[in-house]
Amino acid sequence: MFDFTEEQIQRYSRHILLQDVGVEGQEKIQNAKVLVVGAGGLGAPVSLYLAAAGIGRIGIVDADVVDLSNLQRQVIHFTKDVGVPKVESAKEKILAINPDVKVDTYREFLYSANALDIIKEYDFVVDGTDNFPVKFLINDACVMAGKPFSHGGILRFNGQTFTHLPGTACYRCFFKEPPPAGAVPTCSQAGVLGAIAGMLGTIQAAEVLKYFTGVGQLLTNRLLIFDAKTMQFRTIPVKHRPTCEICGEHPTIDHLIDYEQPTCELKKHKKS
Amino acid sequence: MAKIIVNGEAKEVQLPLTLSELIKQNNVSQPEMVSVQVNEDFVDRTEWPDIQIKEGDAVDFLYFMGGGM
Ligand SMILES: [Zn+2]
Repeated sequence: MFDFTEEQIQRYSRHILLQDVGVEGQEKIQNAKVLVVGAGGLGAPVSLYLAAAGIGRIGIVDADVVDLSNLQRQVIHFTKDVGVPKVESAKEKILAINPDVKVDTYREFLYSANALDIIKEYDFVVDGTDNFPVKFLINDACVMAGKPFSHGGILRFNGQTFTHLPGTACYRCFFKEPPPAGAVPTCSQAGVLGAIAGMLGTIQAAEVLKYFTGVGQLLTNRLLIFDAKTMQFRTIPVKHRPTCEICGEHPTIDHLIDYEQPTCELKKHKKS
Repeated sequence: MAKIIVNGEAKEVQLPLTLSELIKQNNVSQPEMVSVQVNEDFVDRTEWPDIQIKEGDAVDFLYFMGGGM
């Protein structure tokens, strides 16, 4: 059953030493398939830690190429990678850390027509995206497909995350619908302290590993928020809303929606 | 004066007070970018003007955070 090589036992020894993980837990990690949507600020630490942890299969979705302005926080991409597709740059680093990992790359945007097809191959989805249309799409697709996912959002000095399992509160339960596109600060206006991405992404990675090993309590029905200016962390209880448009008793959403893309996407398309 | 809790912190407010007014008092500069819970229940933004704050209420502002890349 546990067919780890000597080298793997050594590589994962600090997991195996944990009473709550052990060889059994490490085997669960090795059998896990995780989809990371977005190889950016959050996707970078998530992918690096999941690869190092020995997650068996990691899928990465991202249509973009590495830009110089990404390097301030997207630590999976190096200076030499500017201009390289993010999925290729990420795959290279994942395999350099851990050649045991199988990496699937999707150099495309996640949208209504491909989301369910891509998600269905994986056991857990990590949201590392930078806009509300895709965050709601991931939520709706995961609810429809019965997949657990980790939501992540960062802005300036703040971060927020929660974990959804089927039956627990979803993003729509407490955010209902995307804010009007005009109200959302554009990427260049908003900005983010680079290390915030690492703080939040590593929390998401820890949730993934907790999920597969069954350790502790996940961030289900709780929204974790933090403000790095004060280093205050808070978990706000949230709950499944019976009137929720996607996971409620009488869902009104029966298909995936492509909401209007925020303005910062335009710049990316123009470039190339 | 009534004691309420806003974002986990004790506060005193003058009643009557609607949820919309409380949001204004708390300097939420962009109400479109916030979701509100009263006593851990989601309140639709269309109901904000009609919700009367009561002694002991716990109100949470959940901010939309769309970044990640
Ligand atoms: Zn829901």
